[in-house]
Amino acid sequence: MKSVMFRRILAAVLACATVLPAAAAQLGFDDARHLLNRTGFAANAPEIREFSRMSRDAAVDRLLGWTDSASTLPAPEWTRLVYVPPPRLKELSDEARKAYQRELIGQARDLKAWWMAQMLTTTSPLSEKMVLFWHNHFVSSLRKVRMPLLMYRQHLTLRQHALGSFRDMLHALARDPAMLIYLDGAANRKGKPNENFAREVMELFTLGEGHYTERDVKELARALTGWSIDRDTGEFMFRSFLHDTGIKTVLGVTGAHDGTAALDILLTRPETAEFIVAKLWREFVSLQPDASEVRRIAGVFRARRYDIRAALRELLVSDAFYDVRNRAGLVKSPVDLVVGTLRQFRMTVADPLPFALAAGRLGQDLFAPPNVRGWPGGEAWINSTTLLSRKQFLDMVFRGNEAGMQRGMAGAQFEGDSWFGQFGGAPDGWQRVVFAGQPVSPVTGQGMDALRAAVQDPAYQLK
Amino acid sequence: MHRRGFLKTAAAATVGIAMGMRPAWADTAQYGNLLVLVELKGGNDGLNTVIPYMEPAYYALRPRLAIPRDQALALDATTALHPSLQPLLPLWQAREMAIVQSVGYPDANLSHFRSIEIWDTASRSNEYLTDGWLARVFKAAPAPRHYVADGIVVGSEMGPFAGGTRAVAIAGTAQFLRQARLAQPADLPSTGALAHILKIEREAAQAAAGLSGDHPFRTVFPAGAFGRAVQTAAQVIAAKAGVAAVKISIDGFDTHRGQLPVHARLLQELADGLVALRSALVELRRWDSTLVMTYSEFGRRAAENQSGGTDHGTANAHFALGGRVRGGVYGPPPGLNRLDGNGNLPYAVDFRDLYATVIGGWWGLPSGAGLGAQFRPVGFLRA
Repeated sequence: MKSVMFRRILAAVLACATVLPAAAAQLGFDDARHLLNRTGFAANAPEIREFSRMSRDAAVDRLLGWTDSASTLPAPEWTRLVYVPPPRLKELSDEARKAYQRELIGQARDLKAWWMAQMLTTTSPLSEKMVLFWHNHFVSSLRKVRMPLLMYRQHLTLRQHALGSFRDMLHALARDPAMLIYLDGAANRKGKPNENFAREVMELFTLGEGHYTERDVKELARALTGWSIDRDTGEFMFRSFLHDTGIKTVLGVTGAHDGTAALDILLTRPETAEFIVAKLWREFVSLQPDASEVRRIAGVFRARRYDIRAALRELLVSDAFYDVRNRAGLVKSPVDLVVGTLRQFRMTVADPLPFALAAGRLGQDLFAPPNVRGWPGGEAWINSTTLLSRKQFLDMVFRGNEAGMQRGMAGAQFEGDSWFGQFGGAPDGWQRVVFAGQPVSPVTGQGMDALRAAVQDPAYQLK
Repeated sequence: MHRRGFLKTAAAATVGIAMGMRPAWADTAQYGNLLVLVELKGGNDGLNTVIPYMEPAYYALRPRLAIPRDQALALDATTALHPSLQPLLPLWQAREMAIVQSVGYPDANLSHFRSIEIWDTASRSNEYLTDGWLARVFKAAPAPRHYVADGIVVGSEMGPFAGGTRAVAIAGTAQFLRQARLAQPADLPSTGALAHILKIEREAAQAAAGLSGDHPFRTVFPAGAFGRAVQTAAQVIAAKAGVAAVKISIDGFDTHRGQLPVHARLLQELADGLVALRSALVELRRWDSTLVMTYSEFGRRAAENQSGGTDHGTANAHFALGGRVRGGVYGPPPGLNRLDGNGNLPYAVDFRDLYATVIGGWWGLPSGAGLGAQFRPVGFLRA
C-alpha cells in the first residue's frame, strides 16, 4: 500500500518535473471551483478554498476517497419487507386494484424522495453523480417496471458498482430483474427471441450504434434466451428449457455461447471502452469529446480491467478537463439545478419530495427516464418549457415562506446574513462561487435582491 | 432535361442555404397553410394499423397478433383499418384522409434513436446531419416575423425543428403564459450553451406575446396526454399571430410484448385526438388550410415474436388528413411476400417524398428545399 502511494507520488513528481507542471501545481480558486462543481453539486466557498491549495492529483484522490467513506440514508421501510409477487390486476376487485396502485405510487414517491434526500445531504456528491450517470446509462423506468421494489434493488446494484468494475456492472445489470422487465429480457425465449435487450445492450450500453449488425442482434438475443425472473421472489432465474443451446456467432465469435459468454464478447471490443469514456467526457468535460484523448483513456480503462475509477481519474486530471474553453460550457441538469441550489444556499428542507418532483417537472424524473437512451442532456435540457420552469422554480425557492410558494416547497429556508458572511468582506466574492462564467447582466449588491437577480441570469444555468 | 432542371434548382437551394443567402423563393412560402405533425413514438406497428386484411401471408406471420378479418374495418378490397380507428371512418368517407403505404428509406436502421434522427433530419441512412428538416426549410424561408414562431412543439423534443429555427416548446398554454413573465430577453453576442439559452429565452418571450391560450372551443378534447396535447395545439393555432408548423406526439408504440391491448388503446387515443383536432380546426375555419401528417421512426417486424409483440421493423403506413387532402390509398400494399433477410418489409415510398409534398405542394417552395436532393411529392393534396 505504502509503496503504491510512494510510486504514485514519485510519478506525480516526475510528471511535474518533465511534462506536466500543471498537474502538481496548486489548483487555485477557479480550477478548484470547476472540479468541485463538475463532480458535485455547487460547492461552497470554504470547500473551494481548501481544494484550491491541492494539486490535481491530490484533489481527485480526495474526491475518490470521499466515495469510499460516504454513507447512505436508511431506505424506506417497505424496501426491507419480503417480496410479494404482483397480483394479477384483472382478478382484483376495483377497490383492491386501486389500493394496490395507490401503494405503488406511494412507494415510487418514497424512492424519489429518498434519493433526493441522499443527494442533498451526502458527503460524497461524486458518488451520487456516478449513480445518476449509470442510472442514465443502464436505463430502466418505473413507468414500465412498475414495481418500486425492483427499481430500488436495481438502484442498489448501480450504487454497488458505480465506481467499481464496468464488467461486473454490465453482467449484474443484464441479470437485473427490473432490466429484464424494462427491455423484455424476461420474455426472451428460444424459437422466436425477443430482440429488445440484445439490441439496446449493444447500441446503448456497450458498443454504440454502427458497431454491430442485425445478425449480431439476433444471435445475441438467442444467447440470452432463458434469462428470466422467479415470480415468487422477484430474483433472477435461469429457465434452461427456454434457453437456446445452439451455436451462435456474435461479432464474429462462434460457439454455443450462453448469455454471460456473449456479453463478455462485447467487452473484448475496443469500441465499448471508447463509448463509455466518451459518455463520461460529455458528462464531466464537454459535449465534444477529443477523439485521441478518448482513445488514450479508453486504453487505460481496458488495461485496468474496466475499473471505472481509473477511467474517471484519468479524465479528471487531464488538461482537457481544466481547459478554460471548457468552463461554463455545460448546462446544469435539473438535478444539478435543484440539488445545487439548495446546497449552494444552505437551504434546509423539511421534505425532499417536492424537490424530487420539481426535478421531474424540469425534465429529470428520477427512476423514470423518458426512454432507454435516458435523458439526452446537454442543450436538450433547455427548451422554452423547461427554461421557464427553471426560472419559476428559482423564483419560488427564494420566496421562502412568502405567498406564492406551492406544494410544500416552503421550508426551503435561506439565511441570507450567515450565507453572505462566508465571503468575508469581498464585495462580489459570492459571484465567483455562484457563477461558472460571467453573468449576462452584471449583478451588484450583497442582498437578497442581488441573489434573486443572479439566479434568474441565464449564466446561472451553466456549470 | 426536365429532371436536370429540377436537380439544378435543388442544388442551388442547398448551396444558398449553406451559404446563408436568402434564396429568391424565400418570400413566396405559403405559411397560411399550416402543417401539424403527429409523431407516433416508439415505432408504430403499421401492419396492424392499416391492415392487408385479404392477404394470407399477414395471417400466417401473425397467428396471435393478426386482427381477425371480420373485425378489421374494410376500406376497399385490400385495405382495412384497426377497429380502434373507427372514429376516423367519417374522414375517410369524406375523402379527407389519405393513407400512404410502404413508407421508408433505403438501408433501414432499426435503432429507435438513429432512425428517428434520420426521419427528423431527412438524412440518408449513412449520413449524419444535425439540423432538422423543418429547421432547414425555415432557415431558408422563415415564417413572417409577427408569427408566434416558425414552429411549436407540444412537449419537449424539438425533432424536425432542432437547430437554428424559431421553434418553441410548450407543455400547456396556460402554464407557459404564467411562467413567461419571468423571461428577460437579452440580445448579446455569445456562443455555445449560453447562446442557446439566450435564444430560447428570447423566443419564449416572443411566443408568449403572441399567444392568449383562452380560445373558447366548443370541441370537447379527450382526456389523457394526447388529448391534452391536441388541446394545447388547438390553442396555439387559435392565436391570431400565426404559426407555420406544430408538432404533437403520442408515446408508447414500442410494443415488444403483449401488443394487442396496448396498441388498441393507443390507436383509440390517436383516433379520438385526431377527430378532436379536426373539430377544433373546423371551428377555427382552419381545416381547409391545415395538413395533418403522422410519422414514426419505423414500422414493426412482419412476424410476431414469441412474447405476443413485434420487434423493430422498417416500412410503415402513415396518414395525411385535412380539408384539402385528396383521400385514398397511396403507395403499394406492404410487401409481405418480399421480406428481406431479417424478415422486414421492403419500402416503396421514400419518407422524404412526404416532406417534398409539404415543402412543394403545401408551402409552394421548391420541393427540394432543405432536402438536399429532389424527391417526388405524393399526390394527396388537392389544388
